Amino acid sequence: MEIIVYGIINSITLSLISLGFTLVYSISRLPNFAHGALYITTGYIAWLFMNKFEGFPYPFAIFIAIAITCIIGALIYRFILIRIRGMEISEIIATYAIGLAILEGLRWGGLRGMTFTLPTFSAGSVNILGTNIDHQRLIVVGVGICTFILLYLFTHFNKIGLALRGIAQDERAAMMLGIDSDTTAIISLAIGSGLAGFAAVVLLPLGNIIVEAGYNVLIFAIAVCVIGGLGSWGGTILASFIIGFAQILTEAFLSSHYQMVVALLAIIITLLIKPSGIFGKQKELEERV
Amino acid sequence: MEMMRKERIDRGIKVRTEGIYAISSYREILYLMGPRLLLIVGVLVLPLFLELAPYWKRVVNIMFVYSLLALAFDFLANYVGLVCLGGAFFVGVGGYLSAIFNVYLHLPIYLSIPLATILGAFFCTLTVMPCLPLRGVYFAIVTLMYPLLATRVIEALNILGGTNGITGVDSFPHEYVEHYAIIVFMLLFLFGMRRFVNQDIGLVIRGVKDNDQAVRASGISVTYMKTLAVFIASFMCCFGGAYIAHLYMWAGLSLFALDFSIIPIASVVIGGGGTLVGAVIGSFILVPLSEFLRFFGTFRIVIYCAALTGFIVLKSEGLMVYLQRKYHQFERWVRV
Amino acid sequence: MGKGMKDNIIISIKGITKSFGGLKALMDVSFDVYEGEIYGIIGPNGSGKTTLINCITGFIRPDSGHVSFRGHDITHMPPHRIAHMGITRTFQIMRPYYSLPAFKNLIVPLWSPRARKTGGWRGGGKHGDRDTVAVDILEEIGFERDSRVPYKLASTLPTGYQKRLELARCIALRPEIIFCDEVFSGLSMSEIASMLPLIEKLKMDGITLIMVEHRLRELFRVADRVMALNFGEKIAEGYYSEVIEDKRVKEAYLGSEEV
Repeated sequence: MEIIVYGIINSITLSLISLGFTLVYSISRLPNFAHGALYITTGYIAWLFMNKFEGFPYPFAIFIAIAITCIIGALIYRFILIRIRGMEISEIIATYAIGLAILEGLRWGGLRGMTFTLPTFSAGSVNILGTNIDHQRLIVVGVGICTFILLYLFTHFNKIGLALRGIAQDERAAMMLGIDSDTTAIISLAIGSGLAGFAAVVLLPLGNIIVEAGYNVLIFAIAVCVIGGLGSWGGTILASFIIGFAQILTEAFLSSHYQMVVALLAIIITLLIKPSGIFGKQKELEERV
Repeated sequence: MEMMRKERIDRGIKVRTEGIYAISSYREILYLMGPRLLLIVGVLVLPLFLELAPYWKRVVNIMFVYSLLALAFDFLANYVGLVCLGGAFFVGVGGYLSAIFNVYLHLPIYLSIPLATILGAFFCTLTVMPCLPLRGVYFAIVTLMYPLLATRVIEALNILGGTNGITGVDSFPHEYVEHYAIIVFMLLFLFGMRRFVNQDIGLVIRGVKDNDQAVRASGISVTYMKTLAVFIASFMCCFGGAYIAHLYMWAGLSLFALDFSIIPIASVVIGGGGTLVGAVIGSFILVPLSEFLRFFGTFRIVIYCAALTGFIVLKSEGLMVYLQRKYHQFERWVRV
Repeated sequence: MGKGMKDNIIISIKGITKSFGGLKALMDVSFDVYEGEIYGIIGPNGSGKTTLINCITGFIRPDSGHVSFRGHDITHMPPHRIAHMGITRTFQIMRPYYSLPAFKNLIVPLWSPRARKTGGWRGGGKHGDRDTVAVDILEEIGFERDSRVPYKLASTLPTGYQKRLELARCIALRPEIIFCDEVFSGLSMSEIASMLPLIEKLKMDGITLIMVEHRLRELFRVADRVMALNFGEKIAEGYYSEVIEDKRVKEAYLGSEEV
């Protein structure tokens, strides 16, 4: 029972982490390797507001932190990525470098040790199916599910969301219909960064704000997205459940050392069997014609 | 209003030295050979000057190792089209293998390094092979995972000395052996690679980057060519790794560290991708720079990354292409 | 029909079916090609011509059906194995090896195992030799040897030359069958006029050509037999005069009249 409950929590955590990455890739074909850095940045900014200004309301700090991350994401596109769009190698290297710069800059700036924590939204725990779960984890599950639904509604029933989907499907056709590719890319990066930040404020109260978490988030996000098929929503959620449960199982029966190993092996095996991921688009047609 | 336009024209001496007549005068021979000789001689006499600054000896050795890694990255990225973000994996494999041969099997240093290089290259190629059908982002992502995976496996299984690493690896018998082992191999690999990419087989590999479909339609297995390319690149990196293990007399998890992946990439971007020499020049600039910046700790990486992004966005051709252009051409403003 | 034609089938396609998602790109397409003939495949846009070539040359796996080349089943072979047997193709979207000069583009096919096996040049692979062969082939296909054209970067060549380069890449492999995917499209009338003799010369050399074309008039000047595709189905086959008069072909090109 414990395994199922924790498996679900872990899976939703993973999909929260990776939604931002998927969103950016599916809309603007940009692999945002700075994802993990944005995640930590949000946590750090929220912490700054909480601790440097006395009595700053927590929800407000969160809101500002996410907003700043959105702006950072948009700025990254507007000033850097816009100039190298389409050059895959440069995109990867540039976003990776930005991410590294942010993370290592934060580490240099003093983000070390265990002193950086965000308070949980609500302390205490409840008993579900014979397992004790603290409120924060329940909130993670609830927020995660709400996010999926909201994103679905946004992309299917909102004008901007529909434009984003249009660009994702056929960039040229969408541009002919008056949808600007650069604007949508900025929006997608802003939303993607915002999602990373959102995941951060929900998840970080469960642990410490440390630089290593940024790397881990990036790796898990990539792992989930690659297994699910880059840019596929359904694939992302399915893959996060696969990895989520696989991790909980390894933790229960082997040891927690193997968590990362399982994720990495899962990637390699998936790519061996089906290079485009579980729900990857049919690459054949796309590339030949 | 006068419109002005910048015009680039080949220098006379460049045109004169294009054919066989280049050997007709010393000046023209010098024009062709000068830059190459400068590099070769400069690199060869460098250890002699290091007697004046003993502190820099180790830095210079590491610098040459990085230039090898950069060479390998440049080859893979700009001639084969495989962006390998996990160069550290190759380094680690080479280093650990060399340490295993030396410490566990008691092989002398002149056997352990070559064995580690060759077997390491085979091992790396075998492990990377499953990813070779992937391209672009996918390949980059997966190779990024490899060094991490290796680290976690070693940690989790607590093999090969676990987090402490393998200690007690033999050092080089003499300081000059230490210097020249890496210098000579770096030069060999550099000029060897420059030659290789213009051989017929090198052209086929470059064809894979430009259009792999056409290579397939020509009856050549793309996977085979990529395998070959990865073997060559990992060969260079494994040599670097084995060398480092003997230099530090230790092989540990830090051989899989991020530095070995990111600094070569930065060197290539700064030096100029696709020139091979640029990669070497780039690491000649970056590694001593990082030594100066040692004081800043991890802030070094921020500086690298800023430089990297700056170069990618603003001067994507890199230093080498820029220098080549200045050497061969002159510029002037003309009226339109 | 050409006089060099023998009556043996060189490649036989049986019941190729392929669908992408819900879209049926090819439905049960079968045809035989005789050795040494020029076989044309026509059809409106989106009728599955390129997909058919991709299926036969191994770039896409067909869902069902068989391709046999001289009696060998080649249906599920990878593209390079099929090319090694002597079946090569041009691509509709030309992408020469941009970073190489035009004649160096031919080094790739000349280096391939098939060319090394069948190639008749000295030494079988010395550096200089392959360059010479490459320039020879380019001259054959219409690049002037003494001009600078063969030595220019492939990316700087005009369309006509790039099309020729595509063909040259195929010839360098010494193939038995060449699939030409729209070699005439995008060319001017005079460029086509100079391409036609090349096609005829290839036929004289005994190479079987299967040509996918939009330019019907030019195709009919060289093709022995023609097949018409529409919405992934074969709707007609035979001499061009028969095919062009076929009611279903007319409908496919001009739209149905009885609406």
